[in-house]
Amino acid sequence: MQAFAKKDILDMASLTAGEIELILDTAGHMKEIGTRPVKKVPTLRGKTVVLFFHEPSTRTRTSFDIAAKRLSADCHAISAGTSSMVKGETLIDTARNLEAMNPDILVIRHASSGAPHLLASLCRFSVINAGDGTHAHPTQALLDLMTIRERKGKIAGLKLAIIGDIAHSRVARSNIEGFTKLGASVVIAGPPTMIPKGIESLGAAVTFRVEEAIGDADVIMMLRIQKERQQGFLFSTEREYAQAYGLTLEKLKHARPGVLIMHPGPINRGVEIAPEVADGPYSLILDQVENGVAIRMALLYLVAGGARHAASD
Amino acid sequence: MPLLIKGGRVLDPGSIDDTMDILVQKGRIAKLGKRLPSLKKTPKLRVIDAKGLLVVPGLIDLHVHFREPGHEYKETIETGCLAAAAGGFTAVCPMPNTNPVNDNRQITEFILEKAQKACGVRVFPVGAISKGLQGILLTEFSDLKAGGAVAVSDDGRPVASSLLMRRALEYAKGFDLLVISHCEDADLAGGGAMNEGAVATRLGLPGIPNAAESILVLRDIALCALTGSRLHIAHVSTRESVAAIREAKASGIPVTAETAPHYFSLTEEAVQNYDTHAKMNPPLRSEADRLAVIEGLADGTLDAIATDHAPHSSIEKDLEFDRAANGIIGLETALPLGLKLVESGGLSLSALIEKMAVNPARILGLDKGIQPGNPADFTLIDLNRPFCVDANRFFSKSRNTPFNGWELKGKAVCTIVGGKVVFQEKESGGQSKGPWIQQGRKTRHDPRKGS
Repeated sequence: MQAFAKKDILDMASLTAGEIELILDTAGHMKEIGTRPVKKVPTLRGKTVVLFFHEPSTRTRTSFDIAAKRLSADCHAISAGTSSMVKGETLIDTARNLEAMNPDILVIRHASSGAPHLLASLCRFSVINAGDGTHAHPTQALLDLMTIRERKGKIAGLKLAIIGDIAHSRVARSNIEGFTKLGASVVIAGPPTMIPKGIESLGAAVTFRVEEAIGDADVIMMLRIQKERQQGFLFSTEREYAQAYGLTLEKLKHARPGVLIMHPGPINRGVEIAPEVADGPYSLILDQVENGVAIRMALLYLVAGGARHAASD
Repeated sequence: MPLLIKGGRVLDPGSIDDTMDILVQKGRIAKLGKRLPSLKKTPKLRVIDAKGLLVVPGLIDLHVHFREPGHEYKETIETGCLAAAAGGFTAVCPMPNTNPVNDNRQITEFILEKAQKACGVRVFPVGAISKGLQGILLTEFSDLKAGGAVAVSDDGRPVASSLLMRRALEYAKGFDLLVISHCEDADLAGGGAMNEGAVATRLGLPGIPNAAESILVLRDIALCALTGSRLHIAHVSTRESVAAIREAKASGIPVTAETAPHYFSLTEEAVQNYDTHAKMNPPLRSEADRLAVIEGLADGTLDAIATDHAPHSSIEKDLEFDRAANGIIGLETALPLGLKLVESGGLSLSALIEKMAVNPARILGLDKGIQPGNPADFTLIDLNRPFCVDANRFFSKSRNTPFNGWELKGKAVCTIVGGKVVFQEKESGGQSKGPWIQQGRKTRHDPRKGS
């Protein structure tokens, strides 16, 4: 196995195609562990993982927690509401205090873009970004890549359409970077209010019509729409959003038969995605979640130096 | 004590560019000429050898934040004045967003009282347009002026109400006060953290579009035309603003404008890696904007270079990018950055001195030309002196600069206000260069030497 030299996993932009492939391959091995009657291996015994979630999360946090435990790491979760940050402690001070307890890996979710980068540059421990502001969500992109690669055998040459609020989506940014890096092409669509300036520079084509975006797509990824965005005048009503941009069986007629459907969750049934589509035969939504555990096991393993240890065994 | 500035290249744009001697007596320029005769008879004459140095009218910064009263841990009037002197500035205009706000005569007088005890740099306070910068009630303009304010501004906060801005311009005319406008449509800027565009999109940071600035520039120009009052536009950062001001000037509207060194030295790319020292308001813009700002300086659209010196401590800056405070310090890097612009061909040397000394004096209505009778305020510049920016050696209390480590060339080596040396950088033999500060005859301890 090749060595993995990255200290931190901050975003897809800083991973090479080779590193991404290695992570996906490793996750493939990890996935099998979850199917055993005894879902635990001693690989990370004695390692300490801190889950620092400064923003609400169900999927990602539980997934990291399970991943760490399956590898026998000691895992501790801190959330914003229960940390000293509610007492006014700064992020850097919190991190320095955690650092003094010698964790090996800190998994961070934070509402501010760049927060994981700030910690990675200051602290000795490895940092895994579990979602920062509207910037990046690399573990989501990796599990999406894994899910598609399982189905299609490869990423290169595929066409991915991402639909929704691109402006506020870290998932979209990381997937654009991840999929294009492995040779797929990406088109994004949504209301122009939700298409950020200069997104083309990440490598995505832009259209405002969903039908056009999904026309020749192999994979459609729907993004969650947040009701709060009405306040910023980004859309009028959920009703109109569902009609114009929501993925319904009707709209799916414009897509190729057998097109795969993804959604990072949590989904708004009947808004960006119709229940029949979310629960339909080509929906990969729950496969994504399953692979989330495997990807996070792979990252914890690789970042903790697993590859280096395995090579010397 | 009389002072002779000997053998320097005296440059007063538009009138003098020659090797000359300047004799200063009682704080004013007494004589000016080539090899002034019979000076040996003058008792107690102090001579400054300016050979190889550029002697220009004292630099004036129209836009600084000195944080006193209220946030003295960031900067005091004393440390701000030291930073100004070290940067070659003989006068500064502190903005009113202190705590309490400089919206009344007592605060203006407090600031001037503190300035009296500082190193000697002239302080021209700017009072608030509205009480508490709230944008609701006008402050007492005549009282502010009587207390020493030279202008009014709600800098840091835009005047959102067009009616209030109109009335402020009209009311100011009655007392011959300058109105300085911080042009920002706060609603449109809407919690943005950097310039809107590809870099912000890549970094996942909320963007501030150029229009958030130019909309208010255009509004204020329209109000300036309506009222006929003098208007000065602060920290211009966009190409649209430059174009609007250029057009306004062409049609005779009495508007002046400034930009800051960071807008001609940096672009939004400096935010890469979430460097909070590249976060300010207005934000660093695109390369097209940077070039438009330089063009605006070169063709006279932009009258002045002001620093928007905004000290913040690590408490406000060592944070997540979107939570960090806006602003950078600029007094000790402005001139070297201006000289870098000259070196790159963006601006002539005399135009730079116009932007940093002559025009600010004109905007404030001061007599600053190098002519007998005028106050003896000079900046002596060594154009060839290498200057590596080291924030730890700044006289400012704060360290928030994106230019740390930059290798620049050219620096103020002596700053003279009213005939008194308020700063002098000295080469004390060999390699070691130890600067010292002098106030009158009393030599001050140099904070950079440590103890």
